[in-house]
Amino acid sequence: MLHIYEPERDYGTPAPLPEYSAGYAALETVELTIDGRAVAVPKGTSVLRAATLAGINIPKLCATDALDAFGSCRLCLVEIAGRKGYPASCTTPVEADMAVTTQNGKLARLRRNVMELYISDHPLDCLTCAANGNCELQDMAGAVGLREVRYPEGGENHLQAEKDHSNPYFTFDPAKCIVCSRCVRACEEVQGTFALTIAGRGFDSRVAAGSEQPFMDSDCVSCGACVQHCPTATLMENSIIEQGQPEHSVVTTCAYCGVGCGFRAEMQGEQVVNMLPWKDGGANRGHACVKGRFAFGYATHPDRVTTPMIRDSIDQPWQVVSWEEAIAHAARRLREVQQQYGRDSIGGITSSRCTNEETYLVQKMVRAAFGNNNVDTCARVCHSPTGYGLKRTLGESAGTQDFDSVDSADVVMVIGANPTDGHPVFASRLKRRLRAGARLIVVDPRRIDLVQSPHIRADYHLPLRPGTNVAFINAMAHVIVSEGLEDREFIAQRCEQEAFREWLEFIRDPRHAPEQMAAVTGIDAEALRAAARLYATGGNGAIYYGLGVTEHSQGSTMVMGIANLAMLTGNIGRRGVGVNPLRGQNNVQGSCDMGSFPHELPGYQPVGDDGVRSRFERSWQVELDPVPGFRIPNMFDEALAGNFRALYCQGEDIAQSDPNTQHVEAALRNLDCLIVQDIFLNETAKFAHVFLPGASFLEKDGTFTNAERRISRVRRVLTPLAGKADWEATMALSTALGYPMSYQHPAEIMAEIASLTPSFQGVSYARLEQEGSIQWPCNDAAPDGTPIMHVEAFVRGKGRFVVTEYVPTEEKVTRRFPLLLTTGRILSQYNVGAQTRRTANSAWHPEDILEIHPHDAGDRGISEGDRVSIASRVGETSLHASLSERVQPGVVYTTFHHPISGANVITTENSDWATNCPEYKVTAVEVRKATGPSVWQQEHSEFGREQQRLAKGGTVEATQDAAGTA
Amino acid sequence: MKVVRIFVPSDTTALSLGADAVAAAVEHEARAREIDLQLVRNGSRGLSWLEPLVEVETPAGRVAYGPVRAEDVNGLFEAGLCSGASQHALFQGRPEDIPFLRKQQRLTFSRLGLSDPLSLDDYIELGGFQGLARALTMDKEDIVRWVTDSGLRGRGGAAFPTGIKWQTVLKAPSSQKYVVCNADEGDSGTFADRLVMECDPYMLVEGMIIAGLAVGATQGYIYLRSEYPLAQRIMNEAIERASQAGYLGEDLCGSGYRFDLEVRLGAGAYICGEETALLESLEGKRGMVRVKPPLPAVKGLFGQPTIVNNVLSLAAVPFILDRGPQTYADCGMGRSRGTLPFQLAGNIARGGLVELAFGATLRELLYDFGGGSRSGRPLRAVQVGGPLGAYLPETQWDTPLDYEAFAAMGAMLGHGGIVAFDDTVDLRQQARFAMEFCAVESCGKCTPCRIGSTRGVEVIDQLAVDPEGNLALLEELCETMTDGSLCAMGGMTPFPVLSAVRHFPEDFNTQRESTDSRESV
Repeated sequence: MLHIYEPERDYGTPAPLPEYSAGYAALETVELTIDGRAVAVPKGTSVLRAATLAGINIPKLCATDALDAFGSCRLCLVEIAGRKGYPASCTTPVEADMAVTTQNGKLARLRRNVMELYISDHPLDCLTCAANGNCELQDMAGAVGLREVRYPEGGENHLQAEKDHSNPYFTFDPAKCIVCSRCVRACEEVQGTFALTIAGRGFDSRVAAGSEQPFMDSDCVSCGACVQHCPTATLMENSIIEQGQPEHSVVTTCAYCGVGCGFRAEMQGEQVVNMLPWKDGGANRGHACVKGRFAFGYATHPDRVTTPMIRDSIDQPWQVVSWEEAIAHAARRLREVQQQYGRDSIGGITSSRCTNEETYLVQKMVRAAFGNNNVDTCARVCHSPTGYGLKRTLGESAGTQDFDSVDSADVVMVIGANPTDGHPVFASRLKRRLRAGARLIVVDPRRIDLVQSPHIRADYHLPLRPGTNVAFINAMAHVIVSEGLEDREFIAQRCEQEAFREWLEFIRDPRHAPEQMAAVTGIDAEALRAAARLYATGGNGAIYYGLGVTEHSQGSTMVMGIANLAMLTGNIGRRGVGVNPLRGQNNVQGSCDMGSFPHELPGYQPVGDDGVRSRFERSWQVELDPVPGFRIPNMFDEALAGNFRALYCQGEDIAQSDPNTQHVEAALRNLDCLIVQDIFLNETAKFAHVFLPGASFLEKDGTFTNAERRISRVRRVLTPLAGKADWEATMALSTALGYPMSYQHPAEIMAEIASLTPSFQGVSYARLEQEGSIQWPCNDAAPDGTPIMHVEAFVRGKGRFVVTEYVPTEEKVTRRFPLLLTTGRILSQYNVGAQTRRTANSAWHPEDILEIHPHDAGDRGISEGDRVSIASRVGETSLHASLSERVQPGVVYTTFHHPISGANVITTENSDWATNCPEYKVTAVEVRKATGPSVWQQEHSEFGREQQRLAKGGTVEATQDAAGTA
Repeated sequence: MKVVRIFVPSDTTALSLGADAVAAAVEHEARAREIDLQLVRNGSRGLSWLEPLVEVETPAGRVAYGPVRAEDVNGLFEAGLCSGASQHALFQGRPEDIPFLRKQQRLTFSRLGLSDPLSLDDYIELGGFQGLARALTMDKEDIVRWVTDSGLRGRGGAAFPTGIKWQTVLKAPSSQKYVVCNADEGDSGTFADRLVMECDPYMLVEGMIIAGLAVGATQGYIYLRSEYPLAQRIMNEAIERASQAGYLGEDLCGSGYRFDLEVRLGAGAYICGEETALLESLEGKRGMVRVKPPLPAVKGLFGQPTIVNNVLSLAAVPFILDRGPQTYADCGMGRSRGTLPFQLAGNIARGGLVELAFGATLRELLYDFGGGSRSGRPLRAVQVGGPLGAYLPETQWDTPLDYEAFAAMGAMLGHGGIVAFDDTVDLRQQARFAMEFCAVESCGKCTPCRIGSTRGVEVIDQLAVDPEGNLALLEELCETMTDGSLCAMGGMTPFPVLSAVRHFPEDFNTQRESTDSRESV
């Protein structure tokens, strides 16, 4: 069913939403008759939806179930016994005993005449139109039986209106517009950007972006909702204009951020024509962003490396070899290194970009074939403190809610996250709730878009100084405790009393008062008090946080501080509340779940626990090392010390993404054997000896787990370009190492995972096929999965308050480095940019820019657009500067999407005390005007050019990554 | 020396006819003659054809002269204006004896033109705030019941019972409710709202306060068309003075109730007179019609229960509360109770405001009040109720002016605007204008209105080519617009079109001047 191309059924108007208060009151059922048929639907359903549910299709154009009823097209008019006129069925709610007639001569004439008006201002080029075969206007003209247009020829029209080609992904052809406003409404209701409007009046009414600008010059964020909801070819994907309509579609899951949107990959044979957000996608409910929807072209970019390559040293040209040769070579080198330097001298890094099954296999290979626990994943550098902090306080290393929960939140606190850029589809859902009246607290050093954007305004923006999160969260808790706003009943029933008493003693201390902490955090004490009162007393309080919480020297402490705050106010264990980490990568939750940590087997089961280990040993038929292995930073340090000699790195670009690039590069250069598996010759691959070509998410089967613990299927729609999916490559390597693996399909890997991981016990491909997705834990205790955690009791039994003493970071501003650099993401680019830079998304963000406050810029003689050097105690790079009041004085900000930017040349190896998560968000720097690229940048360019030359020894064309300086 | 009080009106009509120059001339003459003048800039009495209507206070009452031009002033003084001398061509006698005024039943407009519109003292002296005083002693439910019992119906044109609307808002649970006054007076030939705001602004303020008390609303907005700058200035000043005097704001009149009032300007769109488009505009959005339900009374401004009433509906309220619902209901006929302020305009000898109980006929209005055409030619057609109202031929001029009677003949009273045409009118051009007006002023939301009106213009232009076919197409288009449009804009545009076709077929069935329609584009 999921493999046939079939437009999804549209019920015309959204299902009525029950009011959520203490619980959902079931909606009353209303009985009526439609065309003589008895129909029963929930109260609040429109007549149109009721009819569609009953299989009666009323013609419609402006109505779609993703948008509120609008009533403009006048095709869905019906007759209702006892009522005057011809009400639009989309805007008419059902009433008891209503008798509706949807078809008769009068209605047919009305509809035909309305359609005649539409067509009197529409080009009659159906055969050559891009929407041909998927045009609602065409369908409706057919449905109402329009046979002629009687109006005088040469009447006023819009047929000569000019197309707008400014957006790289879609074309706006106003000549085909029927002014149904679906695009405008989608931009408002679904996306929440308000970039589109109707300009002009009367016959002159037309869709316009911004102030009648080209789309690219307007506020449009290219989410594509307007294109998706356009019933004609007015807003049309360029891919469809170029290729035509798809012939089949396959449901799969996005490979960008941790929101994990469901998509229909719409195909022509093995060609992806279009990525259409899946209506039934639990995370996205039919919406998407510019990355997921449009930026899939990287998968077939000429930069893709599709053959294995080897070389003995990094100054040698790459040699293209067969899979067999590459695998044999890699296995041999790994064993040689181990023979010479010991079992622990090699390790692996699993990928948060790959599937659960692939991640599981890599860690299994490390433990079973390498014979050690030297496995880690990129969560080390993003959300490892989340895992640690939530496990210690609540008992499980994951967010507590599903995304639907936000619809019931009354107060939302966003800490150190920028959802409109980093997690755009969740941001749209959040903004929708905010527009409906929920209150908002933003805690961020920068004035992010959520602070103020169309129809959204944060009640409080607390612009804290980078690195002072714990001081802030303690002040919040102090206010709540000192003003008696805590939820005593919740604490008494659900939390450990002794730990709470100890914590209470700690937090009561006046040194945590906002007035005391203001000097540290820079937050106005009164604003903080007001925000604390709002969070504690404003109804359902939900916290959403991002890497601005975790990537600090006290990242784990802050996560526990957040959990403390949620428990203190009883904001855990029901809809609308919770502690919600917004996870960075598509499968970072999954990679953590799958045992990618040196101390934990799948399901966060300690490797040091004999019982746990013995279960795995039985299943894997191998003896496991009880001693935790190296974390990523340890691997680098040990490599420099000469103890760590070989690394298998799958789908992570550590040379670009990890802090203190020069340190990382030195470590990589020290390796005897670096095996990189990736779809591109990335920064790390420049230091590699074996390159195994990876498969994109379109080329393999598997599952991803998103930020709400939702396990969703990834489905293969293309043959792997390099002939193997990543899990197949890992199997081959493991087998060559003497630990044979022979899974026929990832479903078998999942079955093994389920058998060894209590929280995955009930997960299977058969169920995923049936249910679409499952949220773990899914087992005997929670057979249907767990959208919301800790409902009756915490996973660890009682919630545990943990004392969170604020310890300032050692990374302090000095006279030499007087500014604090903090980093983040931008909407159009994704992390290291390996994918998005190879798409037209670069039209929005061709280079990383340094945001600096005009005061700081003025002090330094820096003007808009100047090239500036940014130096920290570990390195120096250069970027172009932009003067912005989004950052506070004393703070500078940049993104890290382009390798040449060298954002991580300046970040330091300071890290979280508990998990070693790097302190990316705080680096003391100085900014000066510069005349050209930094020394590192020049060397990087040179090295890049050299590696490009060496790669040409293989079959690889020039890569963008290696292209010169910005 | 005795003080002489002279009144020179200051509303937009009088001003456009030179009232300021007249006032200056009066002051000049008084100074020259060393007369101790007290010049009062009063409002208009609504006798537009006599404007500027200068009045002087005499022991026998006020005496009027009009229409006065500045150059007449010297002669008036010479003739003995100050003592109310009758020996002047412009002498009109006591204004209340002018038949045009004498024959009216001024309930709402009883104070019109009597005094300085912004004088609170005058307003109170002339019976103002009596309705409010009464309302403050009553329960909400009782205020609403009085309005219901008065039979007052929406004077904006839809004629929905005002009390029932108020009842809905009263019963709607919400912590915030609004009263919105629709002062986007955009119908052709109408000016009654403007006269209220320019000449008796406190009456509207009082009406809105009472509405607020009745339903528990604490905030009122007057949505005023931008073409009324003088009304804007006067209303703002009146609100300011009323606030100073404690009639608005927190604890108004010491009652413990709160009501604030604010004027918001429109941006020149006719459709914003439609209540839901008005609310959109008031919220700062594009003026697009909303679908109903939900009714504004349940989910109106900013999603809250909202009274949206026309100026005239709210202006009628103080009288009803002051004199009791029965006094108001005693006027009128059938289900049309009270009075309707008709506005005589177009090709008419005596234009102006005529407040009459329902039940009079058009003929009385046109001839007894209006005095026939201004051009002296025979009257041929009358459009009642604004640009969406039907064109009525003489055969229908004896129909009583009553909501139901007009509806029965496919016409409407609307806001009471009456535009007269003499026998030179080309009804095909008027029908075309109706479509063109709709094409320009449609909000663009629904298809029949947005596209249909433009096609309507084109079909009318093509009538000469194929009269029969195109007339049939025009009728079918009108059916589509009537039955298919989202709001009254598109739904009622066929009224003027079809009434012209039906009652004046001779203007449509000739092959004549196929070019003239083009020229007027």
